[in-house]
Amino acid sequence: MSRYTAITQADREQMLAAIGVGSAQELFEAQIPPGVRLSRALDLPDGMGEQEVYEHLKALAARNVSAEEQLSFLGAGMYDHYVPAIVDMLCERSEFLTPYTPYQPEVSQGGLQAMFEYQTAISELTGLPVSNASVYEGPSAVASAGYMAKLHNGRSRFVVSAGLHPHSLQTLRTYAHGYGAEIVEVPLRDGVTDPEAWEQAIDERTGAAFFAQPNFYGAVEDAQRLASLARGASEDASVGAAASGNGAEPARVGGHPVVIAQVDPITLGILRSPGECGVDVAVGEGQPLGGRLDFGGPSFGFFAAREEYLRRMPGRIAGETLDADGRRGFVLTLQTREQHIRRERATSNICTAQALNALAGMVYLSWLGREGIVQLGELLLARTHYARQRLCEIDGVSPMHEQPAVRELAVRLPCDVAAARRRCIERGVNPGVDVQALSGREEDEGLLLVAITERRGAADIDRLAEALHAAVAECRRAASDQGVRA
Amino acid sequence: MSEPSGATVLASESPLQRERAITIFEKGVPGRSAFVCPEMDVPRVDPLELLPPRLRRERPARLPQVSEPEIVRHYVRLSKRNFDLDSGFYPLGSCTMKHNPRLHERVAALPGHSRLHPLQEPADSQGALRLMWSLQEALGEISGLPHVCLQPSAGSHGELAGVLLTRAYHEDRDQQRRKVLTPDTSHGTNPATVTMAGLEVVKLATDEHGGIDIDDLRAKADETVACLMLTNPNTLGIFDRNIAQIAEIVHGAGAILYYDGANLNAIMGFSRPGDMGFDIVHFNLHKSFTQPHGGGGPGSGPIAVSDRIEPYLPVPVIAATGAGDDLVFRFEEDRPKSIGRLRGFHGNYGCFVRAYAYIRSLGADGLKDASEAAVINANYLLARLRQLGVAEHLPLAYGQLCMHEFVLSGAPMKRELQIKTLDLAKRLLDHGYHPPTVYFPLLVDEALMVEPTETETRETLDEFAQAIADILAEAAEDPRIAQTAPHTTPVRRLDEVAAAKRPVIRQQL
Repeated sequence: MSRYTAITQADREQMLAAIGVGSAQELFEAQIPPGVRLSRALDLPDGMGEQEVYEHLKALAARNVSAEEQLSFLGAGMYDHYVPAIVDMLCERSEFLTPYTPYQPEVSQGGLQAMFEYQTAISELTGLPVSNASVYEGPSAVASAGYMAKLHNGRSRFVVSAGLHPHSLQTLRTYAHGYGAEIVEVPLRDGVTDPEAWEQAIDERTGAAFFAQPNFYGAVEDAQRLASLARGASEDASVGAAASGNGAEPARVGGHPVVIAQVDPITLGILRSPGECGVDVAVGEGQPLGGRLDFGGPSFGFFAAREEYLRRMPGRIAGETLDADGRRGFVLTLQTREQHIRRERATSNICTAQALNALAGMVYLSWLGREGIVQLGELLLARTHYARQRLCEIDGVSPMHEQPAVRELAVRLPCDVAAARRRCIERGVNPGVDVQALSGREEDEGLLLVAITERRGAADIDRLAEALHAAVAECRRAASDQGVRA
Repeated sequence: MSEPSGATVLASESPLQRERAITIFEKGVPGRSAFVCPEMDVPRVDPLELLPPRLRRERPARLPQVSEPEIVRHYVRLSKRNFDLDSGFYPLGSCTMKHNPRLHERVAALPGHSRLHPLQEPADSQGALRLMWSLQEALGEISGLPHVCLQPSAGSHGELAGVLLTRAYHEDRDQQRRKVLTPDTSHGTNPATVTMAGLEVVKLATDEHGGIDIDDLRAKADETVACLMLTNPNTLGIFDRNIAQIAEIVHGAGAILYYDGANLNAIMGFSRPGDMGFDIVHFNLHKSFTQPHGGGGPGSGPIAVSDRIEPYLPVPVIAATGAGDDLVFRFEEDRPKSIGRLRGFHGNYGCFVRAYAYIRSLGADGLKDASEAAVINANYLLARLRQLGVAEHLPLAYGQLCMHEFVLSGAPMKRELQIKTLDLAKRLLDHGYHPPTVYFPLLVDEALMVEPTETETRETLDEFAQAIADILAEAAEDPRIAQTAPHTTPVRRLDEVAAAKRPVIRQQL
């Protein structure tokens, strides 16, 4: 008998007798043929008691430097926002923590109603009428939106802004190779998607057009313009095609391309919502909404869209209905989209998603509230502006772009970013992300991406500026010394 | 359902039934809030200068306007309308609802794990990298496939990785193989994944023993086949005795053998997919390695592969240099043949911490014992149901013994007692149990799929078997009680047809 198993030796003997076999070995050997039995013990360390495991995991944790111990401006997709205590308290409740997906709605009303509330909150934030109950996380949500677009209009050319997070772009490429779509990248100009290149890239073959808001470099895009260019461009093109098409049906298979935005939910208290901008599908990473960093996961992805996409959405959706006595209740609905019903004709393969993380997001949004999300947005906007001013006062440091930035911005250093970061970290400040190391783009050389959350006050930003000032000066001195020696 | 029904056996409405569902959006009043914004400690600048009106939101997001006490009370009340594993037996087939040790929650919440940024310097995240690397090593040993990538977010995501890997493998050999064989017992995720990955599903028949029909496989395994996706033991709880032959046929056709690891809990330490001839396996850490399922996630679906598939693994992978305690770890992205990235960052690390804690707690012996106890429990429950005469109405669909789960057919019950598998399931709710999986796998008429897991006591299994016997006896007297069940839950049967016909999927504000 080992940890967590409950049947004793005496139980086992009686149970095996009831089964009609002499031993556990017999029970296994009756079913697993000799050629594929493992004839040795697994080569794993021996089991340990609870206390020993705790100490071991604690020792491993001690070899990490967390945001608890270091003044960190790391972001680029995951952010050290404050997580209120009630998020932990509610998500630790057995009733939310330990059930499976709500296949039996009569005993799952708590989880189902929470999903319904979550869908409402995401729908409000994005300004789009329908939301699912969560997908895995941000980048794969982008790739799933591409699949939905492909199912929607059958076209296999995706136009993608270079402002998308590199992980989103890479994930989209992986998925698109599978479901069959080619990707055309549109460059940035002044830190945002080049509107002319965007317009030119989109034509009647374009199935979907993707951008990020704010983009990977922290710049707020003119989302309304990008959406309207994406919609207009193809509509014009298809009119042209119809005119030359000898009076046949217009060649607008499925209309304009699906306009897909990856949005940062924490900025949506102040930024014009995707729905208001003419976006068709808004997806993104939910971690900023009450999620832990957890070294990158688990978090949740959100997925909202216009009504016409409802029956092609991936994932679970909770819907309202009545019970046999007329009580209000909730069920998983529109399941004919899903893999367990539709199998190879399903709109997605997703099964287990991120219900608990989405619940955390819903509790967080309730805590933040209608005014809170605006107040927080304004605070981040002001502090990010302050950081931009302070950092760009440093000799040689310049802004990557002059666009509005809500809570993250890219600045250009006059020296090797890795070296400057090292010197800052030695001073106890992690100044942010080395952009080129993440994106691999030549033009990103020298860029540092700095994230500002409400946990980083003016004094912290001052400390960052001092550390970066010293680091840049040292790097330049080291470089000129080297130059002299050379 | 419109008949008055089981009302006769009912007491009056319970307090939970009297409580009407009110959403958090229907609570609160304007101006009420839980949030106190941190001080504006930077020089004030006109906000419209920082963000011009054109880019600003016009219509506010109508989030709830509630106090903290209201939030707590609201969600605590909601929680009481959920059944959960900590409250009772949850024999949901194929889902492995085993106990979730709370130690795992405690260690995952340590700030060194939970407040670690995914882009932290490798030098400052060696604990996390070591943990991931050690988990990879353990999963490689358990599966018999040496190369592990932890990145996929859930089982279905692992499947997507697997099918993309088979595509990459064949494309690298200039072979256009479009077909993927899936048995008719397979999880729905298998065929759905195949389509998403741009390939074509070909179904395989099941033989009279519940395994793959070898003749059908022989007929279909040709040079157009990319891979066979197989769960072993399969969703009938049956270990396919012909697995060696299946591997030979599949490999003989030049195809890849993929292992859906949803049922790994049956064989840990007894048999390994790698030794059976599989090239790729996905794990469901939230099943075999006990993650709390959270009412529908998070999960985690690492994959392990053989040498020939290794070059195509998703990026990043963890590389180690040095030896022993001096090993130094880093992420490696530069892999030219890789299928690419499947998601942001490195995977669901919080799940890795829990799975790793589990593996270290149990060790080799404990994992083997977990599988042993899971299989004993399943077979014992089956034997108890036979002893109680349940098998007459709910016979085992295939075979005599089972691995960690078994599938009964409710067809005789429906015919003779006028209650369907769904009715039985709903009546079990009144007895305080979460019902088994129903109507899956599809090839079994009125299927009931039972997976007790190793963490249940013998007494629980006895009581559950008795509850089923009691429900059948009750149905013989008056089938309407089960037909209209449940009677004691916060709500009774819900109108799913109406929900799908006119979907209301958000609160109107």
